[in-house]
Amino acid sequence: MRMLINVPETVVADALRGVAAAHPELTVDVENRVIVRRDAPVAGKVGLVSGGGSGHEPLHGGFVGPGMLSAACPGEVFTSPVPDQMVRAAAAVDSGEGVLFIVKNYTGDVLNFEMAAELAEDEGVRLAKVLVDDDVAVTDSLYTAGRRGTGATLFVEKIAGAAAEEGAPLERVESLARRVDEVSRSFGVALSAVTTPAKGSPTFELPSGELELGIGIHGEPGRERRAMMTSREIADYTVDVLVADRRPSGPVLLLVNGMGATPLLELYGFNAEVHRALKERGVTVARTLVGNYVTSLDMAGCSVTLCEADEELVRLWDAPVQTPALRWGR
Amino acid sequence: MLDAEFFRRWLTGTAALVDREAARLTELDSAIGDADHGSNLQRGFTAVTEALAKDAPETPGAVLVLAGGQLISKVGGASGPLYGTLLRRTGKELGDAAEVTPGQFAAAFAAGVAAVAGLGGAKAGDKTMLDALEPAVAALGADTDTFAAARDAAGQGARDTVPLLARKGRASYLGERSIGHEDPGAASSALLLAALAEAVA
Repeated sequence: MRMLINVPETVVADALRGVAAAHPELTVDVENRVIVRRDAPVAGKVGLVSGGGSGHEPLHGGFVGPGMLSAACPGEVFTSPVPDQMVRAAAAVDSGEGVLFIVKNYTGDVLNFEMAAELAEDEGVRLAKVLVDDDVAVTDSLYTAGRRGTGATLFVEKIAGAAAEEGAPLERVESLARRVDEVSRSFGVALSAVTTPAKGSPTFELPSGELELGIGIHGEPGRERRAMMTSREIADYTVDVLVADRRPSGPVLLLVNGMGATPLLELYGFNAEVHRALKERGVTVARTLVGNYVTSLDMAGCSVTLCEADEELVRLWDAPVQTPALRWGR
Repeated sequence: MLDAEFFRRWLTGTAALVDREAARLTELDSAIGDADHGSNLQRGFTAVTEALAKDAPETPGAVLVLAGGQLISKVGGASGPLYGTLLRRTGKELGDAAEVTPGQFAAAFAAGVAAVAGLGGAKAGDKTMLDALEPAVAALGADTDTFAAARDAAGQGARDTVPLLARKGRASYLGERSIGHEDPGAASSALLLAALAEAVA
């Protein structure tokens, strides 16, 4: 194992100390694992709290700041945070206008955020929750825990964050967040397996010359394995799967996301193919974001998220944001 | 009769077993999950052992509630709330009695397992920890001799998850590809019951 770490047990705490050193505009509580924008609670503003396992950076800590999240709770690597963290975060960001929990649909995240919501409500915080479940690789059926929350989390956090920054009330921020999730779809592809610090070896075997289609963001294997495909073939496959699940009736926000170990050179080339594939299927792109935003440690590969966006969603997407990983317009 | 000391032995015994088996649990989890079940439970039960050494609650119920709270606060993932709820609910059912009968424990543990099923929305056959816990509940009876039977039933229940298709939890995303692997949650639940049987001796 070659990793730039001290010991596996302290990777999350060590990273948080580094975040604190790089971002004085954030309050980083290393011991209790909560990252909060320094000016919180902002008077008159709804608080936005998200969180999940570490290893997906910049999600979520990199999205804390004006125009996006008020606080983030990083768990252990690929493990949801514990309720204590969310309760602390909610208390830190609640100005009296209420708090929205943005939860990715994984059993652990759901259970811990539910427990936290009960505790925070006991302490008098007005709470709403939105569940992100955009991954079309998972068949929605009675038998699974439902679709996973992946790339759409970024769209939900950005758009709900912009609305909250404008002073929208909790019910409005919540309904916008839910709407973004409803019109978003994602699909991911792995070109290599992931190595967690605790295990120290790849979580699954992926021989060179093969790829996994329909992966999640926790190093879990996908649904299907095939012989390696070209960027063009992957784009066609991915866009077909996305459009078959939900054909956008208007322009989309597009996220071409790297899983951590795929260079921007490849991601931009892939983005060109995704644009071509969308155009051929009659889908127009309003805005494009390319980069490593919802990652999976050292996994090579990519995911594509489409969010059908009317004028209002595009306006909120364009609104100023100032976070470590997403920053424009101010 | 079972006193607070018995329940401390059970939980510290579970911690020791989890320490010993952590690598195997993580290996099982890497096949169909995300390769951290062993290290997560290890972190949680280490906290349980430390909390019990520091606080030394005087009733069986208080021991279990304290342990469950530690698991919820330290483990995260799905295992934290599920195991935490199992122990907390079992402890609450026992109330503040200084000693409980094996039969009272069996009934309380059944309520704890039902709470786990309610929280996770799973049932036996979904390839989860319930596949080890429910056979154990069925085996538990009015005397401590049944604890060994519960251990055996849980172990068999865990092994019986191998051919199952996962329908809950992260392994469910794999669909057909989850078949052929033992469920890590069922495997760790079998350790909990193994420690229960050991605590009698």
